[in-house]
Amino acid sequence: MEDKEKGPGWIKGWVAAGMGFVPVISTRLSLEDTLGGVCVRWGIGRMSYRILPGLYAVGKPDADSLVLVTANYKLTFDSLRKNLEGLSVWVLVLDTKGVNVWCAAGKGTFGTEEIIRQVAAVNLSSVVSHRMMILPQLGAPGVAAHVVTRMTGFKVVYGPIRAADIPRFLNNGLKADPGMRAVSFTLKERLAVMPVELIQSWKIALAALLFHVLCAFAGGNTISWSVFFGFLPYAGAILIGCIFVPVMLPWIPGRSLAFKGWLAGIVSAFVYILIYGHQWTGNLVYLLILPAISSFFALNFTGATPYTSLSGVKKEMKVALPLIVISVVFGVVLQIFGLWRLL
Amino acid sequence: MINSMRYLKNVVTLNLDKTKCTGCGRCTEVCPRTVLTLSNGKVETIDRDACIECGACSRNCPFEALTVSAGVGCAYAVIRGALKGTAPDCACSGKSDCC
Repeated sequence: MEDKEKGPGWIKGWVAAGMGFVPVISTRLSLEDTLGGVCVRWGIGRMSYRILPGLYAVGKPDADSLVLVTANYKLTFDSLRKNLEGLSVWVLVLDTKGVNVWCAAGKGTFGTEEIIRQVAAVNLSSVVSHRMMILPQLGAPGVAAHVVTRMTGFKVVYGPIRAADIPRFLNNGLKADPGMRAVSFTLKERLAVMPVELIQSWKIALAALLFHVLCAFAGGNTISWSVFFGFLPYAGAILIGCIFVPVMLPWIPGRSLAFKGWLAGIVSAFVYILIYGHQWTGNLVYLLILPAISSFFALNFTGATPYTSLSGVKKEMKVALPLIVISVVFGVVLQIFGLWRLL
Repeated sequence: MINSMRYLKNVVTLNLDKTKCTGCGRCTEVCPRTVLTLSNGKVETIDRDACIECGACSRNCPFEALTVSAGVGCAYAVIRGALKGTAPDCACSGKSDCC
């Protein structure tokens, strides 16, 4: 718990900086930090996981120490400080409204103006004698380095994308290897962003559940195990879009995410009806609705990937969204038609 | 390994005006997708389809040699923006502290 007197647990003490004192931060994550990270990955308190912007110290920095700039999303701040073990540097935290560097740069909150504002607010030129700061490379979409230099006198050096590469970057004499400059999207990274996608699917999961239960009632069923089992394909379609496609991303054929989702959805729907399917209307309903659901979630995953462009997303949406809607509408109509005939 | 994952072909809006380029190399430093490279004192586009239109290169070019219609490739944001009649909006910002 945060102690009002002492401040958060990751503040170890205070150090003189220019005309005042700044907090010294720990480079070790506590259990609380780690659990907080797990929570936000699952969408819990994600929008308010932030720290106070301003200047912080790591180790025993002095007027010659380097200045690293970061965002005030605590998950970002934590992944930075845990990689600064044994170093003495200044950390300038921008007010990005609790958003990570990459997304904040896209919105402009990790941006030129905010840097100029913070450099003045913490009086950075009185803290350090040099005139240089290191920005995360993924902040570059929001920052015009030459404008920052013109307005503050501080030269901008773009550091590596991943905080884990910072020690090597510093040892290299502030030179980044090509590997430090390119975004990756490894299985581990895909798994890390997956929970939020899953949590955000609840509205559609609920809609599918309501539709399914209503149809079951209309068909004369009450709440029973068979109704529950009948819903599993819908739940499966959501899991395929939110988990299977992200995990298998590089290996599912096609470039469009919506297509990848549809393909995985239709294959699994076929497998399902081959094993459990019975009358043709029910099977056709599954073949129309399930791949459409998977396709929609796979399309939504575009925002979590670091390799999609806005132009590309717009292009695939123009094709995919109408097809998804038509497919679902046909499926629903067919389901109602099947019920009506049954009555 | 680099750029192993590829999105749609021939869609990006990236444009390079070589006459304005001074070969400072800043864009090659900020590009997270290794789209650009320096050769013979000028920048060259070596991997156009890898571009994700993040806008880092154009924002950091002091000579306005690079232009790109920058944005975030997020379908959810495009849908939200279309529903609200605004630009793409992903709701991943601090405006809604409610939830």
